[in-house]
Amino acid sequence: MSDSIRLASFFGGVALAITVAGVSAGEIDEQRARELQHLLVQECGSCHGLQLTGGLGPPLTPDALEDRGDTGLKAVILHGVPGTAMPPWKGLLTEEEAEWLVDFLREGL
Amino acid sequence: MRYGRTWLPALVASLGLLLASTATQAGELRGTGDLGVVIEREAGSLVIVEHSNRTTLARVEDLGDFSHASVKFSRDARYAFVFGRDGGLSRIDLLTGTLENRVVQAGNSVGGAISQDGSLVAVSNYEPGGVHVFRADDLGEVARIPAEFGDDGELSRVVGLVDAPGQKFVFSLFEAGEIWVADFSDGDEPDIRRFEDVGKQPYDALITPDGRYYIAGLFGEDGLVLLDLWDLDAGPQRIMDGYGRGEEPLPVFKMPHLEGWAAADGKLFLPAVGRHELLVVDPDGWQEVARIPTHGQPIFAVARPDGRQVWVNFAYPDNDVVQVVDVADLEVAHEIEPGPGVLHMEFTPRGEQVWLSVRDEDRVEVYDPDSMERITSLEAITPSGIFMTWRAHRTGL
Repeated sequence: MSDSIRLASFFGGVALAITVAGVSAGEIDEQRARELQHLLVQECGSCHGLQLTGGLGPPLTPDALEDRGDTGLKAVILHGVPGTAMPPWKGLLTEEEAEWLVDFLREGL
Repeated sequence: MRYGRTWLPALVASLGLLLASTATQAGELRGTGDLGVVIEREAGSLVIVEHSNRTTLARVEDLGDFSHASVKFSRDARYAFVFGRDGGLSRIDLLTGTLENRVVQAGNSVGGAISQDGSLVAVSNYEPGGVHVFRADDLGEVARIPAEFGDDGELSRVVGLVDAPGQKFVFSLFEAGEIWVADFSDGDEPDIRRFEDVGKQPYDALITPDGRYYIAGLFGEDGLVLLDLWDLDAGPQRIMDGYGRGEEPLPVFKMPHLEGWAAADGKLFLPAVGRHELLVVDPDGWQEVARIPTHGQPIFAVARPDGRQVWVNFAYPDNDVVQVVDVADLEVAHEIEPGPGVLHMEFTPRGEQVWLSVRDEDRVEVYDPDSMERITSLEAITPSGIFMTWRAHRTGL
């Protein structure tokens, strides 16, 4: 195993631990979850559609996201997609909130 | 874990009961000059309103996906044509409060226009990319204009569709970077003139009130592209190049609308993209004459009919605030907080009232733009666009 792979798996393990801890500790409380769902439908919905079936931006339905990894989706939410209208949300959302949104998208509206 | 809006059906039911009683009083003669519609974004419905007494007259439901919606009016100002995100085109009778016709003409559409003579309604589509044209009286199909570009006939999404004098429609191709002029003056087969390489990713456009200049905003580069419809042979010209060059743009959480352009005191007021500023442009020479710092990323800049004020709303997370620019000194003179999610602003024809939709509080607020006092408040479900019938007689609106 090369160092970089070992490093990656180490960080992967840490990330997994944080994620599990985050879920069990309930870092996104009910109030914030409500706000995030509102944000997703109303603000993301401006481009991706109120049903998230696409518009200026691509569809964000569970089927449409099937082949996309969690890490990549989280990165898109936080950092945007340069050269497109997708903005970086990192100034407004935490990493945990982006993860919550990815999980939410996987389930579908 | 889903937080549905459980109160929504109850609100619809109670408002529906209320509105049913007024809608059945049709039969009394009345004009349409003081009417308007308010899009109810999440419910996929709209309400018909009047601004003489500031009341709601009727609700029309089941109009599809209004994630993005816009409205044009027939030349007699009796019918509203509503363009939904799902490709739905609905024709609504404002006097009877009923849906007359509805076609789902594409998979994903963004806006529309009505021709100079009022006989044709055009819709700009993302999917399939192009423009569909219908007869205004029965929504029968007249023409399909696929937005093909490049060598392999790829279709481009179409944005910035407007009507222009001479029975023309003008629109921009987002992926292709082109502007097309479709001339219907010889009948249902349009004569199409294409302008290529106008700039990267035109995302929206406006036409000046005289119908002479078509101006598209470019998402892919700094600057705007201008087409003089009096002199098409001159081709597209770049204006305001290099605006903001060398500065790191701010994230844009919602794309500004140029359709909501404002012309006041001989100048144009445009939302900047990626900057919390309003651009002021002198059409004589197309030079930037000022930048007005604003509270957030501007979405709409709307001039009061007398041109003395320009009202500006903002993208998330600043969409609870509206600022008012005094055109005489090009500064923000007033700031109000109507509530969370102010999506649109519309003046009455002579400007003594301005109507604001407050999406997250299910209200439409009516303000007096002189005193800046709230006059009244109307209920509407997640209101977004507000469109009044004076638009029926304005080129480009």
